Amino acid sequence: MSSDANHAADHAHDHAHDHQDPKWYSPSRWLFSTNHKDIGTLYLVFALCAGVVGFVFSGFMRAELAEPGLQLFNGTAFGGFFGDEHNYNVITTMHGLIMIFFMVMPALIGGFGNWFVPLMIGAPDMAMPRMNNISFWLVPVSFFLLILSMFVPGPPGNNGFGGGWVLYPPLSGATGHPGLAMDLVIFSLHLAGMSSILGAINFIVTILNMRAPGMTLHKMPLFAWSILVTAFLLVLALPVLAGALTMLLTDRNFGSKFFEVAGGGDPIMFQHLFWFFGHPEVYIMILPGFGIISHVISTFSRKPVFGYLAMAYAMVAIGFIGFIVWAHHMYTVGMDVNLKAYFVAATMVIAVPTGVKIFSWIATMWGGSIEFKVPMLWAIGFIFLFTVGGVTGVVLANAGVDHSLHDTYYVVAHFHYVLSLGAVFTLFCGWYYWFEKMWGVKYNGMIAGLHFWLMFIGSNLIFFPQHFLGMQGMPRRYVDYTPAFEQWHQWSTYGYWIAAAATVVFFIGLFEAMVRRRKAEANPWGEGATTLEWTLSSPPPFHQYNDLPRVR
Amino acid sequence: MLRGAWKLWALGAASLAAAAPAFAVPQPGGVDFQTPVTETAQRVHAFHVEVLVIITAITAFVTALLIWVMIRYNQKANPTAKKFSHNTVVEIIWTVVPVLILVWIARGSFPLLYEQDVMFNGKNPPEEQIVDIKVYGNMWYWDYTYNQNTDQEFVVESRMLRAGDADRPLNTARGDIAQLSTDYPMVVPTNRYVRLKITARDVIHAWAMPQFALKTDAVPGRLNQLWFNVPTPGIYYGQCSELCGKDHSNMPIELWALPQDQYDQWLVAAQADPLNGGRAYLDSLPRPGVTQLAAAE
Repeated sequence: MSSDANHAADHAHDHAHDHQDPKWYSPSRWLFSTNHKDIGTLYLVFALCAGVVGFVFSGFMRAELAEPGLQLFNGTAFGGFFGDEHNYNVITTMHGLIMIFFMVMPALIGGFGNWFVPLMIGAPDMAMPRMNNISFWLVPVSFFLLILSMFVPGPPGNNGFGGGWVLYPPLSGATGHPGLAMDLVIFSLHLAGMSSILGAINFIVTILNMRAPGMTLHKMPLFAWSILVTAFLLVLALPVLAGALTMLLTDRNFGSKFFEVAGGGDPIMFQHLFWFFGHPEVYIMILPGFGIISHVISTFSRKPVFGYLAMAYAMVAIGFIGFIVWAHHMYTVGMDVNLKAYFVAATMVIAVPTGVKIFSWIATMWGGSIEFKVPMLWAIGFIFLFTVGGVTGVVLANAGVDHSLHDTYYVVAHFHYVLSLGAVFTLFCGWYYWFEKMWGVKYNGMIAGLHFWLMFIGSNLIFFPQHFLGMQGMPRRYVDYTPAFEQWHQWSTYGYWIAAAATVVFFIGLFEAMVRRRKAEANPWGEGATTLEWTLSSPPPFHQYNDLPRVR
Repeated sequence: MLRGAWKLWALGAASLAAAAPAFAVPQPGGVDFQTPVTETAQRVHAFHVEVLVIITAITAFVTALLIWVMIRYNQKANPTAKKFSHNTVVEIIWTVVPVLILVWIARGSFPLLYEQDVMFNGKNPPEEQIVDIKVYGNMWYWDYTYNQNTDQEFVVESRMLRAGDADRPLNTARGDIAQLSTDYPMVVPTNRYVRLKITARDVIHAWAMPQFALKTDAVPGRLNQLWFNVPTPGIYYGQCSELCGKDHSNMPIELWALPQDQYDQWLVAAQADPLNGGRAYLDSLPRPGVTQLAAAE
């Protein structure tokens, strides 16, 4: 992983004064962009916007659930703006789909992946820059279709699709949602899937072919490794989702009977196909974060990553096992007991490579000289929260216990600990780690620190009490509940307001940095930051590495 | 010393579980499972306590390590970073020890799963000891068919009670609970093997009963089975646990477990007239609620 920093720096400034650089306000720069950094920026800006929408939707849910009875979704509140119970289901569905497909994936893979994979492996750009452009521009179109679906008929007498992000038929079929809304959701996900597949192919080709001379796979930075594994997961998993969605589409519109019992079909088949995609999908969301955390921990401990090869192959192992555990999402559908037993065993195995990663991060810090800069706070916070989310995953892996916890708030708490507090923490970790590198200005450490602490307290307050709700039997996706559940729901809603304050602080920090324009350094983190992107100026030149860096 | 600490942990957790009072419904501020009623549910509960102790210990261990490195290896305490990046022994330990912990968990997990899933826990009770009930999930209510495929077959429909509803008013004075009580419960005898055959008419629902540690999807075109054997008379509540549309939150499950003689009388009355006869008989009973449950223990 060591690089000839001087050599790379020589070439970095070659193009620092390139007069061909398009102006930032030129629409064609963004619409027709083939530059990996510009496309990465587009992805990040898009993910920020979609993230705000998804976050506001979760606010609607928390406001509704703050007390028993119907507060917002009762047909009359705010002039009936929120609609009825069906619209609550629409909001939960959209929250899930938006956060997964339009926030976490675009930010971690499209945003940081595009920005830093070429920089880290010493490539001038992505292998297929024009395909990169279409990969991005499919996403806003897909998002538009998804939002549009909320305003067209779904079930009789109501708008939008309210069947959950898992889209199970018959609820998502002609029985539950005969209207156009579900068809729009299908098209939206088809486009998002195409975008991700094209992006993934681009990453695989780039990483396998365009590494700088001397950078063997076993010297490649772990973030590039994480994106490589993620890209393979995308290429293998998304076509299965596309197939399932297409079958659903023809069931709905052209009289096929893949999932319709009356015609000899089986709705459980859809669940198998969906989760064959869905389980790798959760690793797709967290693996890039694993890569980011490794770099941040190593940088601020001023120590090389502990057990580099084990770290890389742990991700490969997690990716592989991720494909053979899908039916642990389906313990209650009525599977054969021996089949369940297999999925219990396979699922528990995932804890082993995940444990390797957690302990290796701690071992990286061990003996280091740790500096508690903002990205490091997010990284340490992530390790703790991901451990909490991981161990509740071990509980849920046991089908015998999962029969009690399946489809309760315990599951909601579990996956928000690994995603909302896991993937999102890695996202902010990467955001502050590369902030100067990407935008060419420094962020305010005080504001960023406040953002971290508010977010840490707020999101724990939202999700920790949800374990208790789940233990007590509170089912998921409920707009109303028996009064006994009120107390923990209230805590959870208080937590949301703290997280909302954190989000406001985040944007204040962003605007503060935009206005104050403190000049960025090429490498603000010092000797611990060893990857190639720190050998370039901040922001990097429009075209970097016209002469390739050499890695010893 | 570590072994001693383990025992202390387990003991503490176990005594907490044992001291928990018996409640038949979710409790405000409750942090644990609802009181397990069947033997299987009690074993699920005990197994969960075991796993909870393990995962709490793991989380505490990781947290302790994090705090230690933050104190011992911060910039002030350790200005010069060491440069090592490998230690084969440590790496083998943190691969093998988690495997051993998982094997330990699996040792308890598999028997529990088979106990729940194999009908009647592999026992072969005589046919007259078994009560069969067919369960249908509908948008948005449950219905229960008794004596299916006999000339005594009858169906009861079970819909949620709502405060202020003209047809199905919630009557908290007699013990109804908002979002949980229905106009007609599922009725089963105690100390008999009950076998539910569960399916749905429209979309997927899920029949759940937290105090029996049971949950199975009601899937159109599929027949899923559940079994349980309730030792204690009581009213037990569950809720639909698979998103099924607009009124997903409003199709709870209410189950009355009655002593055999009361069950028999209800069956006779309900066969004659499920609504007037059966429901009237249930209303005539003292509600087999929290008091009986506590007294039985």
